[in-house]
Amino acid sequence: MTRPTPNTWLHLDATQLAHEHRSGARSVVDTIAACCARSQRLQPRWNAFLALDCERALARAHTLEHAATRGRLHGVPIAVKANLAVEGLESSCASRLLVGWRAPYTATAVARLEAEGAVVIGTTNMDEYAMGSSGESSAFGPTRNPWDEARAPGGSSSGSAAAVAGHLVPLALGTDTGGSVRQPAAWCGLAGFKPTWGRISRYGLVAYASSLDCVAPLARSMRDLDLALDIMAGPDARDATCSPTALHESVPFKDLQGLVLGVPHEWRAALTDGPSRAAFEACVEAARAAGARIVELSLPLTRHAVSCYYLLATVEAASNLARFDGLRYGVRAAAHSSSLAASIAASRTQGFGAEVKRRIVLGTYALSAGHAEAWHTHAAKVRTLVCREFDEAWSACDALLGPTTPFPAIRLGERSNDPLSLYACDALTTPVSLAGLPAAALRTPLVEHEGGQLPTGAQVVTPHGADRLALRIAEVLETQLGTQALLSPAAEVQA
Amino acid sequence: MNLVRQANTTTWLSPHTGQVWELVIGLEVHCQLATRSKLFCGCAVEFGAAPNTRVCAVCSAQPGSLPVLNGEALRLAVRAGLALGCSIAARTHFDRKHYFYCDLPKGYQISQATRPFCTGGGVRLRSGKLVRLQRIHLEEDAGKAIHDRGPWTLVDLNRAGVPLIESVTEADLSAPEEAVEYLTALKEMLQHAGVSACDMEKGELRCDVNVSVRKPGAGYGTKVEIKNLNSFRFVAAAIEYELQRQVAALESGDPAQRLVQETRLWDTEQGVTRSMRTKEGAADYRYMPEPDLPELQLPASFVERERSMLGEPPAERRARWQQQWHLAAKDAEALTHTRELADWFEAAVRAGAPPKECASFLLNEVLTAQPDSLSLLLPRQVAALVTMVAAGEVSHASARSVLRVTLAEGTEPEVVVQQQGLRMVLDTRQIEAWCRQALVGREAIIADVKAGKVAAVNALLGPALKLAAGKANAAVVRETLLRLIAES
Repeated sequence: MTRPTPNTWLHLDATQLAHEHRSGARSVVDTIAACCARSQRLQPRWNAFLALDCERALARAHTLEHAATRGRLHGVPIAVKANLAVEGLESSCASRLLVGWRAPYTATAVARLEAEGAVVIGTTNMDEYAMGSSGESSAFGPTRNPWDEARAPGGSSSGSAAAVAGHLVPLALGTDTGGSVRQPAAWCGLAGFKPTWGRISRYGLVAYASSLDCVAPLARSMRDLDLALDIMAGPDARDATCSPTALHESVPFKDLQGLVLGVPHEWRAALTDGPSRAAFEACVEAARAAGARIVELSLPLTRHAVSCYYLLATVEAASNLARFDGLRYGVRAAAHSSSLAASIAASRTQGFGAEVKRRIVLGTYALSAGHAEAWHTHAAKVRTLVCREFDEAWSACDALLGPTTPFPAIRLGERSNDPLSLYACDALTTPVSLAGLPAAALRTPLVEHEGGQLPTGAQVVTPHGADRLALRIAEVLETQLGTQALLSPAAEVQA
Repeated sequence: MNLVRQANTTTWLSPHTGQVWELVIGLEVHCQLATRSKLFCGCAVEFGAAPNTRVCAVCSAQPGSLPVLNGEALRLAVRAGLALGCSIAARTHFDRKHYFYCDLPKGYQISQATRPFCTGGGVRLRSGKLVRLQRIHLEEDAGKAIHDRGPWTLVDLNRAGVPLIESVTEADLSAPEEAVEYLTALKEMLQHAGVSACDMEKGELRCDVNVSVRKPGAGYGTKVEIKNLNSFRFVAAAIEYELQRQVAALESGDPAQRLVQETRLWDTEQGVTRSMRTKEGAADYRYMPEPDLPELQLPASFVERERSMLGEPPAERRARWQQQWHLAAKDAEALTHTRELADWFEAAVRAGAPPKECASFLLNEVLTAQPDSLSLLLPRQVAALVTMVAAGEVSHASARSVLRVTLAEGTEPEVVVQQQGLRMVLDTRQIEAWCRQALVGREAIIADVKAGKVAAVNALLGPALKLAAGKANAAVVRETLLRLIAES
């Protein structure tokens, strides 16, 4: 047997890599060592990781190499967004306030991947507490997009997206609250999946907006996402909101015969530049060519989704972030006065970044006495209407197909001083989040944009609980489009 | 100033102005549920454990941790509602109540605001007055901040997340003694329903009092809330103090004394209340639905199961015992001190013990023998012993020593009586024989008795009983002696 050249692991997806480890064709230790070396060398380039722990990863690789039982992710290196707890690793949520916080336990989703043989090599950069759409609100510098280092990889799961797009790992965990995995998937040319809310346990996910937060994987193949979902999904005694219903059986299909895909014209209309529109139309054509019937429909509440989302998410964020008072963990700032209030205020003032403060203030206001009715209660009602609008759509189609983002990756710094224009990036992902629906983000053709080639993406949205249907449709579409093997220029970057 | 209570009323007369005043009182009671673990995590609920040793990722609010409801706490809370005659909501949910404090790890308390699991119900006082309950809700306790151990504040999170129910009355109470009667009855009902041990020394029952004064027939006055009273005596004293303070303020007309809606604390040392914060300074708790816990559905079958666990309310039980078994009111009261004791007593009676004798034996002998007597004995053992005493088969003195042996060694009372030969002799001929022997040579006494000095026979009692070695009943022996003298 000839040993594969050391770098061929770069192009393999997690499924294939695990298969080669299980069969003995490839050494787990070799893979993990190569992966760690590459991640370390390229860290200055993309700033994908906040904490890399090669020692821990290699120790685990040695254990796995000789393990009697070999799981479905045997020896697969993964990266985990820094808002997920991994025992012993620093999960700072890219916040100064949480520098040095090592989780005393491991998140259920991560633990389930580890139980199948996955090896966590580090925690990834992100927008602070997952609040952002570009990765620029990290307290530790922005992540760069491996397709174009002057551009943002998208956010908030910026580091996880860069790690997969940069071929540092084949599979990474992000979290998707309002689009934080789907949007970076689109900007980095990746497959991403946001499950039905409650499908994957949130235990160990540092809450941003609990009623919207989802653990969500990023990969370079739809089958990897399906595998990760299969492993992570299912009830968890530590998360009371985790759905007890089982995933549907995985039934792969070759085409989309007999399926009706709805294309909301409000989503289509959100695409402002010609190339992005063309890429999406190619995707619609691919669906038709694969046998799907395409129907046009209307989701008029789409235009209210961003404001509704930012009200509800910030209200929950203000509540969820109340625990960061610098008293029990994280960084306690020195206060000018000895009062408790002064100490808490100082820690929060120094510990939180501008975007986090903005959202806490917004959320506190929207829930305060005299304003809650007008803002929070009203937004909650709009959310119910959004859910109803989707419910009606399901009587007309099996799945919805739309673009993921209005435009391709933005330049770093392009919208930093204009939060509202950055919030506009979430126009197409937030309606789905509000309704708690599953959505698979797939790769559509590259576009010429401002003198370079950039990835684009589309999302397949399915009814509550039909997680696998979304992945299957997305897989057929990628095959039809020929984007399933899309390689970023980073694949050729040698460490 | 000293207001004068008008006889047999709940009104007070101001001697200076001639004005008549009345009190309006409402109570909020926090009661710790008798669960083994906390409300939203598996940490043990244990009073007096070393600080911060009953703490996990959830109750210390580690990032990423989530609450999961303790089913036992929910059951006990529902049972509390049923014991107090409340209606139980079929659907309910939790809310977050926000404020920053060092003993509140999450920065919010998980409580219930808009949809408590329990509404209505109430407690009837001896006077017949019904004290209506507005609601009961379920919530978690905060930790403990300790300020008196140096220049810093220490925080103990052992109590953080301990399950509480908060019951809120309507403003139906109008005198300090009514408040105390309500609290006593509430405590007893919760204890008997197995909801809480209500140990006030451990802070398992804490009380906030809302109190205002008004002239009879007038609308509500400005109320103050006195927080965190941990004894019924303090509740009465604080109400009494507020009555005097508020009337004095209102009658003085002095703007400096103008009453404001505020929260006050009871100063145990000085016996006064002190302002803690006014309404203007009150926190905005920003209640919102708790997204980490799904809506709770309480099916009828669940509620009915708890109803079956309730047991008889203590007041009804006492009435039944007095009526059916002719128990003294004092004994009935003492035996319903706890549900366990009351159940134990009933079990002994069901095992055949005569109720009155059993009650007195339990209260005077068993409970005074040693603190854990009840756990070392079976109701049927006491029933057997009391039955033997009542039938005259065993003397009181012997019963006491049998009890000691049974407590120490677990031996059945019948066996102890047998082994130690403590059974009384009931055979008339044997008793007659001992009596005849005692009469030998006591002609003088016999003559005295015959002459009408019946009490003289007592001098023969001792010798006769001595011959019987304590195994004869003194009354029977005395009767036999008198009969033999009469026949001689």
